Amino acid sequence: MTTIHLLSGMLFLYFMTSSDQPAVQPALEGYQIGDFAADFKLENTDGRMISLSDFEDAKGYLVIFTCNTCPYAVAYEDRINALDKKYKSLGVPVIAINPNNPESNPAENDGAMRTRAEEKDFSFPYLRDKDQKVYPVYGAQRTPHVFLLQKKPEGNKVQYIGSIDDNYANPDQVEERYVENAVDAMLAGREIEVKTTRAIGCSIK
Amino acid sequence: MYPFRSSCMLRISCIVIIMLLGSCKENPDSGQRPSGTKVTGIKEPGEGQPFPVLDYKSLEALMRPEGSKVYIVNFWATWCAPCIKELPFFEQITREYAPDKVEVTLVSLDVPQMWDTRLVPFVEEQRIKSRVVILDDPKQNTWIPKVDRNWSGAIPATLIYTTDQRVFYEEPLTYELLKDQIEKFTSP
Repeated sequence: MTTIHLLSGMLFLYFMTSSDQPAVQPALEGYQIGDFAADFKLENTDGRMISLSDFEDAKGYLVIFTCNTCPYAVAYEDRINALDKKYKSLGVPVIAINPNNPESNPAENDGAMRTRAEEKDFSFPYLRDKDQKVYPVYGAQRTPHVFLLQKKPEGNKVQYIGSIDDNYANPDQVEERYVENAVDAMLAGREIEVKTTRAIGCSIK
Repeated sequence: MYPFRSSCMLRISCIVIIMLLGSCKENPDSGQRPSGTKVTGIKEPGEGQPFPVLDYKSLEALMRPEGSKVYIVNFWATWCAPCIKELPFFEQITREYAPDKVEVTLVSLDVPQMWDTRLVPFVEEQRIKSRVVILDDPKQNTWIPKVDRNWSGAIPATLIYTTDQRVFYEEPLTYELLKDQIEKFTSP
């Protein structure tokens, strides 16, 4: 019986992991690890225009696509603040970008962003992806979605893409701090062990 | 021959890795859950809210295909607008096909704080007839690629399969597409 169960389990997993079937997949767009990421000029909640190149002394950037309303994004707000506080002084500031269209959801508009940034005392810029032009170039698919860039003479090299850690629900039960591990490795000149991760998030609207 | 062998080997290593991952995964209880909804792999309805709360291992067991049935598993949440928009199409399928022909499972990814406040009222108000289960497994980077290796984690996402066929969609679906896919899988 056990053998049969094991075999049927393996057969099941075979089909569950097979992608030989013509599944409809959107073409893979956006950045892959090792690509050079484009700079942008986007408006912050305080009205200033911000670009990556403004941070002359930066060693890299944590570009995080996030928003006001997604429960996953909200669950990570304090952790994003903590990342900025920890890494800005080490030369890797957080640059948050809201990629959602404010016309489809007023809770994502500029005023709501300003309120959110003030309420949560964001220590990082929270930029509006005006006309939704930046997130498709990066290939952000959901919020929150992190892109770690390393500043190099040739440009800003993508070093990590994915989620912040492995437990959205409870910061106390996080076992793997993907972003922190990646930034620490990058700053120490070590190979980043986990370069991409996946997580449930809100699709960008 | 060589490409087949290599793809086969890849598949087998994949299976082995998945089995290893699956065997050492635990789902510790989150302190933030509403009281009385402790997760122990699978929780039967009746303890505060009407839907089973599953970790991925339990969901996988629930998803195991049998016979000639077509299975439709939709990953959604009440906060996901495109998910809500396509729900009536899944409901229509549930109404039109006999339970032994097509089985629809709506896997809610609502966070624990929303089960009682959003999910339960929503399912009641909409009079959802398809089976609803809650997937509460924070180790998303482990289970998302098991559902489909190309899934980024954005929802809605839908898996349609039989014992020997499968398709995965990381996009909103239409009634016509669901119907076509069922026909394709059931035509001799």
